[in-house]
Amino acid sequence: MAVYEQTYKQYLGKLTPEWSRFLIIPRHAFRDVFKSKLFTAFFIVCFAPLLVEAILIYLHHNVNALALLRINVRELIPIDAYFFQTFVNLQASFAFFVTLLIGPPLVARDLRNNALPLYLCRPFSRTEYVLGKMSVLLILLSAITWIPQLLLFCFQAYLGGAGWFVDNLWIASAIFIGSVVWILLLALLSQVVSALVKWRVVASGALLGIFFIPSVFGEVVNQLFVTRWGNIISLGALMNNVSAGLFGTFVRTTGHMTDFDGNVAREIVMNEPPLWASWFALGLICMICLALLSRKVKAYEVVK
Amino acid sequence: MRFGKRPILQNLKGELRGRAIGLLGPNGAGKTTLIHTLLGFHPPSSGTAHIFGRDITTDAKHIRALVGYMPERDSFIAKMSAVHFVRLMAELSGLPSDAALERAHEALFYVGLGEARYRSLDTYSLGMKQLAKLAQAIVHGPRLIFLDEPTNGLDPPARARMIRLVREIRDSGKAHIVLSSHLLRDVEECCEEILILKDGRLAVYCNLEEERKANRKFLMLETRGDQHKFAAAIGALGCEYALTGETRVKVVLQDGVEVRDLYRIAAQQDIQIRRLSYKRDSLEDIFLKAMENGHGGL
Repeated sequence: MAVYEQTYKQYLGKLTPEWSRFLIIPRHAFRDVFKSKLFTAFFIVCFAPLLVEAILIYLHHNVNALALLRINVRELIPIDAYFFQTFVNLQASFAFFVTLLIGPPLVARDLRNNALPLYLCRPFSRTEYVLGKMSVLLILLSAITWIPQLLLFCFQAYLGGAGWFVDNLWIASAIFIGSVVWILLLALLSQVVSALVKWRVVASGALLGIFFIPSVFGEVVNQLFVTRWGNIISLGALMNNVSAGLFGTFVRTTGHMTDFDGNVAREIVMNEPPLWASWFALGLICMICLALLSRKVKAYEVVK
Repeated sequence: MRFGKRPILQNLKGELRGRAIGLLGPNGAGKTTLIHTLLGFHPPSSGTAHIFGRDITTDAKHIRALVGYMPERDSFIAKMSAVHFVRLMAELSGLPSDAALERAHEALFYVGLGEARYRSLDTYSLGMKQLAKLAQAIVHGPRLIFLDEPTNGLDPPARARMIRLVREIRDSGKAHIVLSSHLLRDVEECCEEILILKDGRLAVYCNLEEERKANRKFLMLETRGDQHKFAAAIGALGCEYALTGETRVKVVLQDGVEVRDLYRIAAQQDIQIRRLSYKRDSLEDIFLKAMENGHGGL
């Protein structure tokens, strides 16, 4: 069908491998996403804490620099699991804001413009569509969470020596698993909200609501019933527990209280939900998201 | 095919082989649902279908690689230029990025959007959007193209352009076309075969040209006088006849009976023949007959 021929012609060339076609969606989406100068600027800002992290690691191992800056190495935060956990959590908050900016319109825009039949009438399945849309977030969020964190871990391992690397290899797995769980959760939730709410602003509001309203409600439950089990519905608290579990900083008991029943004093210990419960709750949320996506991502909605 | 407990398509059996098939039926007859089912959007509640020998329930992905689909409703991806949109669709069909871009340009030139290809789809008129939808349906060079109401909302010149494109694709011999429409004229101009649906059932499937040939030529007479007596006299000659109004008689001449015999009978009965013309059944007649008679077979 050459321009000069102006006739209908079949395509007889080679085709791309089927497994790689879901990556077409993020490739085209990035063009659109980075058209916004505001977003690009924010995305660059997301790397600022990583720069601080890199400087801190460098200072720990550079006596000359410490002398020049007149800093005692003991005044610096030690490079351990807690150090990496702090920065992983910090990057996780940036990941949340990136998701708020680019997640809501991803599916909503296609639903609003009836674009799904155009995707799904091709050799492209619903799973590949969802995977493609999620990849937009997964790739961007990976770029500001676990990928640079692992690079910084390697940097620290390079400066700290083989002994440090072997002793702390588990931190690398904690960085990877913790970040991946968080970005998967963000990607799934934003896709669901995007599929359910067609307006971008409302979808962004809904996404914020999903994170903050249950946290507030959970805190009310905690205060009313003198417990920590209200955290089971707070996504932030769940992720904090999971992350703490992975970095070995999880503390089950987070509060004590003395309750007076008449003249009898009773000691109440407030325990966080066990780690398995946090993992289970996160898994359940992901399953619900997948079920909702399966219901909403269809070429045409059937009115029964 | 059922949506909940409501049957939408039922008892559809047969084999379609035509190069261009018109899918006709009144609103709600199941034309679009049939296309969606063939594309694998709705799994059939029972039975199956094969496209190019592949089963739609088990081999939908392979089938979709061979087909192009132009949906009825406005469907596009927002904030994209036409060339970007068509390229994306080509890539999703499996074309490598470079080839997809090349074919996107070609497809847009082919449908007549060459000059407007860098414009955002949001700024396109309805006619241009229809053409962009056609471009995305043909960009990967499918062997079968489903066109769902392609002339919807088009002004006469845009409609003529769309019909010309569909005919060109048909005449290229490189793709089969299934054109769903409730506009008989569109189907008549583009299709060789027609499939008429009524209440989700097959009412008629026929080759339009053969049907026209097979339809005996008949005479339409406009008369003045006692046409019942006249019709009875024609019947006595062994000709089939039908009174289609107060003054009109439809007559199928038998072998050995000529027009002059009709004039002779008219003279004997003191009937005036005011007008006489040869006719064949039009698509409209076939369609209306199908709507009255109900269900036919392949």
